Amino acid sequence: MNNKLIIKPLTGAAAVSEAMRQIDPDVVAAYPITPQTDIVMKFSQFVNDGKVTTEFVPVESEHSAMSACVGASAAGARAMTATASAGLALMWEILYIAASNRLPIVMPVVNRALSAPINIHCDHSDTMGARDSGWIQIYCESAQEAYDNVIAAMRIAEHEKIMLPVMVCQDGFITSHAMERVDILEDDKVKQFVGELNLPFPLLDTDNPVTYGPLDLFDYYFEHKRQQSEAISHVFEVTDKIYNEFEKISGRKYNRVETYEMEDAETAIVALNSTIGTAKDVVDTLRQKGEKVGLLFPRMFRPFPAEEIAEILARLSAVAVLDRSETFSGTGGPMLADIKSALYEKENKPVILNYIYGLGGREINPAHIEQVFSDLKEVQKGNEVEKLTYLGVRE
Amino acid sequence: MSEKGWKDLAAGGKITEPGNAAQYKTGDWRTFIPDVDREKCINCLFCYLYCPDMAIEVKEDSTLGEIKLDYCKGCGICSSVCPVKCIEMKKEEK
Amino acid sequence: MKLNIKDLPKIPERLGPGHRLCSGCGAPIVAKMVLMGTKDPVVVTNATGCLEVATTIFPYTAWKTPFIHSAFENSASTAAGVEAAYQSLKRKGKVKEEVKILAIGGDGGTYDIGLQALSGALERGHDFVYLCYDNGAYMNTGIQRSGATPRGSSTTTSPAGEAVPGKQQFPKDLTAICAAHKVPYVAQGAISNWKDLITKASKAFAVKGPAVLNVLSPCPPGWKHADDLAVEISEIAVNSKIWPLYEIENGQWKITYRPRENKIRPVEDWIKMQGRFRHLSRKENHHIIDEIQQWADENWDRLEKMEKATSNQGDSEEKQK
Repeated sequence: MNNKLIIKPLTGAAAVSEAMRQIDPDVVAAYPITPQTDIVMKFSQFVNDGKVTTEFVPVESEHSAMSACVGASAAGARAMTATASAGLALMWEILYIAASNRLPIVMPVVNRALSAPINIHCDHSDTMGARDSGWIQIYCESAQEAYDNVIAAMRIAEHEKIMLPVMVCQDGFITSHAMERVDILEDDKVKQFVGELNLPFPLLDTDNPVTYGPLDLFDYYFEHKRQQSEAISHVFEVTDKIYNEFEKISGRKYNRVETYEMEDAETAIVALNSTIGTAKDVVDTLRQKGEKVGLLFPRMFRPFPAEEIAEILARLSAVAVLDRSETFSGTGGPMLADIKSALYEKENKPVILNYIYGLGGREINPAHIEQVFSDLKEVQKGNEVEKLTYLGVRE
Repeated sequence: MSEKGWKDLAAGGKITEPGNAAQYKTGDWRTFIPDVDREKCINCLFCYLYCPDMAIEVKEDSTLGEIKLDYCKGCGICSSVCPVKCIEMKKEEK
Repeated sequence: MKLNIKDLPKIPERLGPGHRLCSGCGAPIVAKMVLMGTKDPVVVTNATGCLEVATTIFPYTAWKTPFIHSAFENSASTAAGVEAAYQSLKRKGKVKEEVKILAIGGDGGTYDIGLQALSGALERGHDFVYLCYDNGAYMNTGIQRSGATPRGSSTTTSPAGEAVPGKQQFPKDLTAICAAHKVPYVAQGAISNWKDLITKASKAFAVKGPAVLNVLSPCPPGWKHADDLAVEISEIAVNSKIWPLYEIENGQWKITYRPRENKIRPVEDWIKMQGRFRHLSRKENHHIIDEIQQWADENWDRLEKMEKATSNQGDSEEKQK
């Protein structure tokens, strides 16, 4: 297949709106919130310039954005929205309803801290809080990844075995507002890739009336939840298949779990999104010095690829889990809990350090990453190191 | 209806059989039963119009049809709106 | 349109039997009458509440028309999504027929928790009808006071107590709030006046853009009246002017039913029919009945004034410019 190379200078937000333009969903319902605004503004321009056929619903809140997506998707439309932070929090109730009604809505999320105090910058407290809502969560390091994964997510969401909504997350400002070179696919290729939508049981098939959202009591609710778990159990196989197909049209290969220099690594950092980019540079530098360090990026965080991650990490001597949000459980960040439980069944387990970092957009720079690797080295030497560190906070 | 397992249910709690609540009989809630004097009935159809339980049928010729006792909860609205008082609510013998 | 009761059974029945609403409930009567306002297929969205819960107890649905319940506060925004899907898919030729969209909510889901979603949907101009069946409290959760609960009413969160005799506030004026959005059609109705109500529903479905119907919905356990009184109690509400019947069509206010002199009743007659006002018969609470009467009279006067002021709507709009 011939790939026409289209390179555009785009921010993460613009890249996502470009993907949305090419997907050309039937309905987009959205509400502005920093730093997601650039997605919605650019998409609105596409709507008003006649570049898409989408019915755009400029709702009065995120609660209504997700509600309108639920209505549109149940009606038989391909529906999308985008949000961040408080907007995602306001959607909370309806996130569960979208997933439970098995509606394949795709939502780019620009990660931002939750109030209070109010803060517009990046951390992952918004999507981490929504991790158990039944949505699939995909995390992205760059604008390119955000663009590609929004397109791939549409297919994952709509797969007949899945029929679940997907969040595609990128870091607020760091990715959403930084310009990168993004390799854009041809419009037709995206159109062909996402294909025509034929959702089962649309409300607008008025000859076959369906009731959505009934009262489900102790006699059936559990069965419907069990169905959701079943759908989740198929996500990995479907994602692999769709990532393979996506590679064929783009030349870019994605994995549920991304690794960097892990083949012979003895210690590693686990992190999400843009921090992976920063950490790659540090790994390169340390590798040049002969240190066997690597990175692991759980691109798919829900469902959590526990077995695969455990397989990779179990042979290491020490691992640092970097959490860009706090659970306030008193035991560390949200990713730490998942990584630890993934490793529980393994006979050989690495020592695991947890770092809470970057809250409210606090900078994470190469020096921080170097410190983490140096801590891991201390562990290797058998020295005592703090198990939980607030990285970059002033004492 | 026997209770189906999760593999046999439509995904997401959808009910794909419209109006299947008709299989659920609410008639046994009833204490009072409507007794219609069809001789007196003028077929005004107010009872049909006001029945909250959709339990009153209208025939093809627009006259009062059957009162579906499977659904009638015995509220007595039909009796209260009848302009010729031809529906009497009687204590039902069970 | 001349409305003949004999034509109504020919309109497809969208809400069927076997639902589990209480005996004598007003809500299914409201819903069925409003749905008699169109012969086109209707997609219904319904806020959490009595009507929704009792008509869709899995695995049963009483609905014979496409139906979605999402949450309590989002019937209007869910309908907005359905409408957007309809516009989009119709434009693309994927949906061919004319489909109507009806969003339903109780007073709790409309006056209170769903007001923002309703306001947004009205402002954006979606082509849909919003129906509020107003039974004046959160009946589904056990009769708690709402923004629609009448003054003096005893509810489980505004109980008639030794110190406070029921709800202190008057209800908010939802119909006027909706009219303030300048949507093409807003009306208040009651099941007692069935021709008036079904005609209003027909108008609401026929207009392009948003329409709102606010319909009184008697509730035997909440209002504490006998099971057979839903229609009579509606009639006395209308004739006592505590629930006037009127419409606002393209900005023009019109009282659609004026009780004749011999039909007008004091609000006290309406109040006395309902156990939720029982405590008002006590001497020390009698002033509340007087206040409710005054409130109803003033409201009626205001409607008369609005009717007069907007009777030549075109002219007055010209003048404003």
